[in-house]
Amino acid sequence: MSTETWGLGLAVAGTFVLYALLGGADFGGGVWDLLARGPRKAEQRALIARAIGPVWEVNHVWLIVGLVLLFSGFPRAFAALSVALHVPLTLLVLGIVFRGTAFTFRAYDTRGDVVERRWGVVFSVASVVAPLLLGMCVGAVASDAIRMQGHAVVSGFFASWLSPFALSVGALTLGLFAFLAAVYLTHEARTPELAEDFRRRALVTGGLLFPLALAVLLLSREGAPRVWMGLSQTPFALALHGGTAVAAVTAFALLWTRRFRAARVAAATQGGLIVLGWAVSQAPYLVYPHLTLQGTAAPLVVQRLLLVALAVGLVTVVPSLVLLFRVFGPRGQAPRAPQAPEVPTT
Amino acid sequence: MTDLLYARAQMGLSLAFHIVFAAAGVALPVLMVLSDLKHRRTGDADYRKLSEKLAKGTAILFAVGAVSGTVLSFELGLLWPEFMGRYGEVIGLPFSLEGVAFFTEAIFLGIYLYGRERVSPGLHLFSGGMVAVSGAASAFFVTLVNTFMNNPSGFTPTPAGPTDVQPLVAMFSPGWQYQTAHVLLSCYQASAFAMAGIHAFILLKHPGASFHRKALSIALPLACVTALAQPLMGDLSAKHVARAQPVKLAAMEAHFDTEAGAPLRVGGWPDVEQRTVTGSIDLPKGLSILAFADPDAEVKGLNEFPRDVWPPVAKVHLAFQVMVGTGSLMALLALATLWRRWRGREWPHGKGMMRAWLLSGPLGLVALEAGWLVTEWGRQPWIVRDVMRTGEAVTPVPHLAAPFFTFTAVYLFLGVTVLFVLWRQVAGTLPGKPGAVVDGEVAHVH
Repeated sequence: MSTETWGLGLAVAGTFVLYALLGGADFGGGVWDLLARGPRKAEQRALIARAIGPVWEVNHVWLIVGLVLLFSGFPRAFAALSVALHVPLTLLVLGIVFRGTAFTFRAYDTRGDVVERRWGVVFSVASVVAPLLLGMCVGAVASDAIRMQGHAVVSGFFASWLSPFALSVGALTLGLFAFLAAVYLTHEARTPELAEDFRRRALVTGGLLFPLALAVLLLSREGAPRVWMGLSQTPFALALHGGTAVAAVTAFALLWTRRFRAARVAAATQGGLIVLGWAVSQAPYLVYPHLTLQGTAAPLVVQRLLLVALAVGLVTVVPSLVLLFRVFGPRGQAPRAPQAPEVPTT
Repeated sequence: MTDLLYARAQMGLSLAFHIVFAAAGVALPVLMVLSDLKHRRTGDADYRKLSEKLAKGTAILFAVGAVSGTVLSFELGLLWPEFMGRYGEVIGLPFSLEGVAFFTEAIFLGIYLYGRERVSPGLHLFSGGMVAVSGAASAFFVTLVNTFMNNPSGFTPTPAGPTDVQPLVAMFSPGWQYQTAHVLLSCYQASAFAMAGIHAFILLKHPGASFHRKALSIALPLACVTALAQPLMGDLSAKHVARAQPVKLAAMEAHFDTEAGAPLRVGGWPDVEQRTVTGSIDLPKGLSILAFADPDAEVKGLNEFPRDVWPPVAKVHLAFQVMVGTGSLMALLALATLWRRWRGREWPHGKGMMRAWLLSGPLGLVALEAGWLVTEWGRQPWIVRDVMRTGEAVTPVPHLAAPFFTFTAVYLFLGVTVLFVLWRQVAGTLPGKPGAVVDGEVAHVH
């Protein structure tokens, strides 16, 4: 398989990693909006809104980039997935629509009334449903449940993503997104109490990730033989697996000792390695067992031009992104006069 | 209805909905930056408030545009997997570049909306400019895809799919200059007319409201310039269609018989079975002049083509009439307004003019939608002209009525909600309303 094909495959995987880490955290924010409770309920929601506001549209673009790379670079795989996963993808799109618009309407419409709260409910429910569906689609792709004859999908429109394995991946995805959001928010919080709220949430969801990941692993033996083999046998995947475990334990320890900035990095590493682990265990298949990277790749000239476009994109997008996150990151949000003083986070 | 029709209806509905927001996403940032610049030059707080209001409007419309655009990128596969499976590789490049442009737009919009107090004024204005530029770029790239579907190039078709793919040739398919320019102009024109209509409406009720007169002075120049440039651009576009897609031109004009010195038909209802048009006003030699700049040029009629490659003639003809009609009305109003401006040395704001602008407010959007329908209906029955039929591209998934009705309901709901939310924004600027004071922060930040 050519370098270009590997490069494009890696780019697709990379956008999914970034979408999980950034877009996923936005979904997780919605989950915590739904589960906001305790004496600081309103502050928790305000923190989530403030953290997501300037960046959610940008974070969401990673999904579009991944999608475009998939259909330009591996058109046959995109077509097959669009047919096999028509139902969950349609529902996922509806979730994305309701989440994005509800968040915006809530932010820009008149504040403090019943309408705002109703938009909040739409936003947070969509934020729970969408990651579940996204994970179920991933589960279906990773399993061997999508069957084809030639270009035609013959395995039906439901079975592949409603399998126990796909459901377990859905649950893991939701848990991972909620965990990432909680960890990020500990560092965004401006009062120690608020940071503490999200630290507790991060520790609980982080703890839940272990059994969830274990369940996925065990179910993969039956449900996704390729992933099972990849995860348990290839040395590279095993190393990734080990890296994930180290990152997870580190994130836990850092949260425990309230080193929130470092915990953020560790949690992001953990999340990124989980997604990458899936991609590596499945490679070179895009849809196991029928479609490989090589078998569905666009002609070489197209692959090269896409890589050039990707490079041009990185040159323009990365500096802008750095600027955005510097302006709105926790340190960029240096409080102006009347606001609460910055909280020492360590 | 067949599943193919449901798929087409769903795609059409999604695009018709998205186009409104995409157009606003291209044009509102320009208006927002213009008023920001004017504020810096004059120090007038009204212009700053206007730019903030426009920024809020942009944020709301951009968000709905972004999610409806996401729906479309999924729908390409969900509804037309065969099209994407075969031609995704041919037209992926402009889509990828559109992704880059969209990315840049979203980043700088975040900085512009939330950063007024956090970044330097220069960087803030620069961000606004970047939003405007990348918005235009993304419309440009995505229109290239549509040009490809109308005039495919850059590959050799075989029964097994395209071979010998040349992505750069496909990206700039014949006619790309006309179509992209026509589309970009229409985005600015539709948004400027809509904005002018809103402020004209308020000025009719509150004739002295200086904020709204200033708003009008931002919208009217763009509206007038685009309304006058668009007919010229449209003419170039039509001449290209006449050469490249004669069957589409014939459908636009409901022109059945091939003739030299063909007349231009205004109005009228085509009877496809009888192959005649009733009730039209015919301008002698008009079509030959319009299409080929030669009064005696021969214009091919629909009869020249097999019946099964005719687009839906009545629909295309009607949409074309609506586009040309509304375009002409807007151009006339622009001329009248510029005349008054020249005579009176300020933008007119009398009752008659305000009524005219109020009534013309929706025309830009009507023309935009009609023009898009001309292109899309006019391409049928092909999804990639002369290469792949729409029916070959559709998904094998059954029961497409379900997603169609679901998305119809969702778009109706979103459309009504956006109007309601935008109205609350405008209502805040009405004279005597509590929200009419300048509020420092653009965004909702607790």
